[in-house]
Amino acid sequence: MYRYDEYDQQIVNERVDQYRDQVRRRLSGELTEQEFLPLRLQNGLYMQIHGYMLRIAVPYGFISSKQMRMFAHIARKYDRGYGHFTTRQNIQFNWLKLEDTPDILAELASVEMHAIQTSGNCVRNITSDEFAGVAQDEVVDPRPYAEILRQWSTFHPEFAYLPRKFKIAISGGKEDRAAIYAHDIGLSVTKNAQGEVGFRVLVGGGLGRTPIIGVEICEFVPWQHILTYVESILRIYNQYGRRDNKYKARIKILVKALGIDEFKRQVEADWADLKEGPGTLTIEEVNRVASFFTDPAYETLTDHDSALNEFKADSRSFSNWMMRNVKPHRVPGYAIVVLSLKKPGDAPGDATAEQMEAIADLADRYSFGELRITHKQNLVLADVKQQDLIRLWQEATEYEVASPNIGLLTDMISCPGAEFCTLANARSIPLAKSIAKRFEDLDFQHDIGEISINISGCVNACGQHHIGNIGITGVEKKDHDEWYQVSLGGAEGNHSSLSKILGPSFTFNQVPEVIDRILQVYLRERVEAESFIDTVRRIGHAPFKEHVYATDFDVEEEEVIDKHVVTSAQYSVPFYSPRF
Amino acid sequence: MISMWLLLLNIQCLFIPQGSNKMIIRNNAITEDDWIVLRLGEQESAEDITVAAGKVIVPLKVWLAQRDALQQRHEIGVWLASDERPEDLKGDIEKFSVIAVDFPKFSDGRGYSIAYNLRARLGYTGELRAIGDVLRDQLFYMRRVGFDAFAPRPDRKIEDALKGLTDFSEVYQTSFDQKLPLFRRVQRKGNSPAGLVNE
Repeated sequence: MYRYDEYDQQIVNERVDQYRDQVRRRLSGELTEQEFLPLRLQNGLYMQIHGYMLRIAVPYGFISSKQMRMFAHIARKYDRGYGHFTTRQNIQFNWLKLEDTPDILAELASVEMHAIQTSGNCVRNITSDEFAGVAQDEVVDPRPYAEILRQWSTFHPEFAYLPRKFKIAISGGKEDRAAIYAHDIGLSVTKNAQGEVGFRVLVGGGLGRTPIIGVEICEFVPWQHILTYVESILRIYNQYGRRDNKYKARIKILVKALGIDEFKRQVEADWADLKEGPGTLTIEEVNRVASFFTDPAYETLTDHDSALNEFKADSRSFSNWMMRNVKPHRVPGYAIVVLSLKKPGDAPGDATAEQMEAIADLADRYSFGELRITHKQNLVLADVKQQDLIRLWQEATEYEVASPNIGLLTDMISCPGAEFCTLANARSIPLAKSIAKRFEDLDFQHDIGEISINISGCVNACGQHHIGNIGITGVEKKDHDEWYQVSLGGAEGNHSSLSKILGPSFTFNQVPEVIDRILQVYLRERVEAESFIDTVRRIGHAPFKEHVYATDFDVEEEEVIDKHVVTSAQYSVPFYSPRF
Repeated sequence: MISMWLLLLNIQCLFIPQGSNKMIIRNNAITEDDWIVLRLGEQESAEDITVAAGKVIVPLKVWLAQRDALQQRHEIGVWLASDERPEDLKGDIEKFSVIAVDFPKFSDGRGYSIAYNLRARLGYTGELRAIGDVLRDQLFYMRRVGFDAFAPRPDRKIEDALKGLTDFSEVYQTSFDQKLPLFRRVQRKGNSPAGLVNE
């Protein structure tokens, strides 16, 4: 993985000093909260219901075991003993004190990490394919370009105060695993007929209040020109994006208003001036950065089947895990392992300090000391020898990160919701837990197969509900109670689509029953091995809607006194909390 | 008349200038400045307003409306609002002793692209000044895109604002101040096999 040189380290160290001084000025009253707000946001610091939340950047989701141990240390020393991995491959700590945050950043800098631009109206952390470098369908490894873009966007002076946040995702496989259609800029690094590397560039995708699938602005931008091309897109957006209404300020609204042809014309007029200029990438720089992403010392192995097959026959749990959590690797004898942070009953994406340390140890012993965070809030060990899978599974099971549910119903995406977030209308994590509990039966989950349920506490869509096969959104109603809209038919990847609302909204306790009814229709209508999304696409919404609303719901609602009260996590893994 | 002026400024930008010889930052140093920034009141029009004698930075609209008279002056400045286009000054660039860009709110980032375009596309080489809601924590970025003069908000200590220019000693990307990206300026290290080991 990428390692800092003295320049990277110096920039991050100077950021710590700058931020420490900003916090000092805020605490002394020299800076008003209004002035401090964009400064702290550009350092990933939000003020939430219970305290400050810090979002730490994990560039394109890649971390070392050493960095993971630092997260565990931060969780223990400054937080309540756990952290929350996010859909943008970052990690958040929810219970921090403002005055501790400069020290946290200094500790992060010591392991080549930071929280730069993880929030605010600037270019955010670049996200990428969690299987980059090891996927069988990879055309070009996106990681060197993701790192080059990270450096280019870090403290870009012209684009720090954009009309709104700006998210870039990059993928390099035949199958898109980075949701590039749902980003302000989506990049697909690929090769043309001559075998030259370049980028298919999408623009104007995004979720939030106005979900839009990104459209192609250029079919092929040669690799040398990607930084200047992205710069021109940002310059047009910075000048012409709306600033009068924050809900219409994302680039997708500008692209829609101008039309893609006119937007492209403006971008390329700007770009004409930059193309071939000094911002053009050099092969030396690409090679330098790519040298950090060369293959680890793989052994020459063959695909190792007999012992695994024997054990699979003996252990159903293991064979389920093999089926769901282990993915094919491009190197013979190796496998990609997804560690699930979706144990039913726990908050999706949460890990305790103990789990983080255990996972770091697993990475050291089984996967060259490296880990990836997925946009579905799980973790990946990308380079595991197949002969180690049994031992790895046993150890991962001990730390409750081996739920065999990747891609299944309980592998839900959830935003933090009303327990933590001031924007949310309704709780997300308790709902995810309640759904997971109802469908905990693994046989049932395996029978349903591939399905995605994405939960957002409000229309801002941090839980990406528009691209869930089933999307759930907390909606605002006059009575201020919790209401949830259920939508159907969303998908990410090469066949991205946005879900459509099923009908009137539901109460908290009705939602699991709604999902049950939706699944009943699927089981009734599916043809052979047809996946859930394919059935929805084939038969449309009507049969689902008809069945869901056909009969009354016989569920009781407990009164929620305060939806902001956090139900403390019931981790069976030791839960360490020295400060609270 | 002066009190009217103060009132107008007060309405327009919610703070009061401190005396006529105000201090600004120019070329990384605090210095006295005697330019006056003219802002149109609600009742005033670009065509009819009388531009006082002396060193005045007029709004773009006033420049465009009174160009023939104003360009006779020995010294004249112009300022752009964040929604105005620097291309409107094309051909006139040489006529100004100073061009200013207004930041109505520090979080309105259009001024950065305006400055970049003035410098990089229109070839402006004279003084480029940031006015309005200009604060310490944005100064480093402002200088990078081409500003060389700053009129920090007068309710803040200008000495503190000056510190904002030295927040970082190295940058990755090109902008107006730095014609080459880091990767073209210095020899950076690639991965050595030892770097693979997770210490």
